[in-house]
Amino acid sequence: MSERITRDDVVHVARLARLQLSEAEIDRFTEQLGDVLDHAEDVESLDVGDIPPTAHPLPLVNVTRPDELVESLDRFELLAQAPFAEDGHFRVPPVLGEQP
Amino acid sequence: MTETAEKALPDGWELVVGLEVHVELATVTKLFCGCANEFTSDPNTNVCPVCVGLPGSLPVINAAAVEFAMRLGRALGCEVRPSVMARKNYFYPDMAKDYQTTQYDQPTSIDGELMLGDGAVVGIERAHIEEDAGKTTHIGGGGRINDAEYSLVDYNRAGVPLVEVVSRPDIRTIDHAKAYVSELRDILLATEVSDAKMEEGSMRVDANVSVRPVGSDELRTRCEIKNINSIRSLGRAIEYEALRHIDLYGSGEAPRQETRHWDEAGGRSTPGRSKEDADDYRYFQEPDLVPLRPSADVVAAIDATLPVLPAARRARFAARCTVSAATIATVVERGQDNLALAAIEAGADADKVLTRIENDLAIDDWSLVSVEGLAALISMETAGELTATQTKQVLAQLASQGGDPKAIATELGFEAMESDELDVLVDQLVADNPAEWDRFTSGDDGDRKKMQGFFTGRIMAATRGQADGRAVAEILGRKARG
Ligand SMILES: [Zn+2]
Repeated sequence: MSERITRDDVVHVARLARLQLSEAEIDRFTEQLGDVLDHAEDVESLDVGDIPPTAHPLPLVNVTRPDELVESLDRFELLAQAPFAEDGHFRVPPVLGEQP
Repeated sequence: MTETAEKALPDGWELVVGLEVHVELATVTKLFCGCANEFTSDPNTNVCPVCVGLPGSLPVINAAAVEFAMRLGRALGCEVRPSVMARKNYFYPDMAKDYQTTQYDQPTSIDGELMLGDGAVVGIERAHIEEDAGKTTHIGGGGRINDAEYSLVDYNRAGVPLVEVVSRPDIRTIDHAKAYVSELRDILLATEVSDAKMEEGSMRVDANVSVRPVGSDELRTRCEIKNINSIRSLGRAIEYEALRHIDLYGSGEAPRQETRHWDEAGGRSTPGRSKEDADDYRYFQEPDLVPLRPSADVVAAIDATLPVLPAARRARFAARCTVSAATIATVVERGQDNLALAAIEAGADADKVLTRIENDLAIDDWSLVSVEGLAALISMETAGELTATQTKQVLAQLASQGGDPKAIATELGFEAMESDELDVLVDQLVADNPAEWDRFTSGDDGDRKKMQGFFTGRIMAATRGQADGRAVAEILGRKARG
């Protein structure tokens, strides 16, 4: 069990995703994520040697759109989605540090 | 080539630089939606649900952006290959989606190279498609990030199509770093992929800088320098960073791997984000976008429409002339190379053609200058039928009104001045001005120079500027020697 995913892994991933988890949640997600990985391992045991790797479940490539203007959202409507707006901008809490 | 001589690194040290250049593509719309690719408009006016990642919105990639990216890849000699988009996850308000859509392990273009004017080659590791982020403004605390009271976000730039061109760490001198950027800019302009304006941010250069002892092939800790917004800044930033590393090694320390910001006014870089805790962006393939798989036909069609690139255009002159590489580069950059080449092919002297164009045709519209006219004019100058000054005047008139240089020369009264006519004129002047002539022949260097100017001026006045300055100097010298 513990070798597929550890509590530390869950804490790390939660930190990257900016999720605050209780001790009980960490335990529960360690168990659940382990099950997910077990399932992936089951799939891995299948012989897929003849099947080319795919990037996407859909049998589609090169889906593009022409470079043509489409009307943007009304700014009033757009900014109404945000908790705070100011001077035509989204207003956010002070940003700590620079862009990663 | 550079305005100020490049400071060499202290003996024993070698520079190792790789450049990452973000290029904004000149599309009409953004990468994944139909909003205008235009971010000087009022804030948040070119924004839709895709731009800010509202639930249920779905991106569809812009065909023109893909084509531009492939065109740039081919112009850089890359292999253009099947690619997939990926999500780069990070939390920062410049991306409302909390990820940037980019390419990760399967970029559009790989393994190219860029040849600089002096023949040096810089490898291109990859050139991948990605979207730009929005713009944040920090309010309060003097605009400094860490003291801000809050930040304002404009998403007009979010989703603008970019190609990031990543070079290999092959650059060994500051001049080469600058030449790489200017060459890349020329290619972007020639292929019409971007307007490539560094000052306006449509071409953004980050430099990965490290140093190592000469003779070593190790790659030491590098720092990534951001916020470089001109080619001149690039040179200063690399020099500063290299010397900083050498100082650190000299005092028994070592640089930390980090991102630093170039401060152009202060002439130094300041530390930014540390890269110690390795970037963990949890890249994964973008499930909302299907792979791109250009067929061989598509790539062949792109190759067929690629313009002749600046390096090849410069090379066409190399075997034919002895003027400096800078002169050739200027003529190519101004798009006057076809005119020059045709005039040379029509029989005009190559060096003269190129220098006349460089010096005397620095204008926006030279369309009235015909190949035949230019070739005939340069041939007249080479044959001594026109002086340099006269040639310039005829060329100026050719450019403003067109016409035949011979007719223009006659109209301007530029009859060839035979040198025996000049001889007679000089003799007359000497006879009229014996004191000045005496100072010319037996005075000190200062006198000699002054009197040379005196006589030349008189002759020019007498001939209304038609005398050839070099011929005058030659005659004065000959007569002085007796
Ligand atoms: Zn949009």
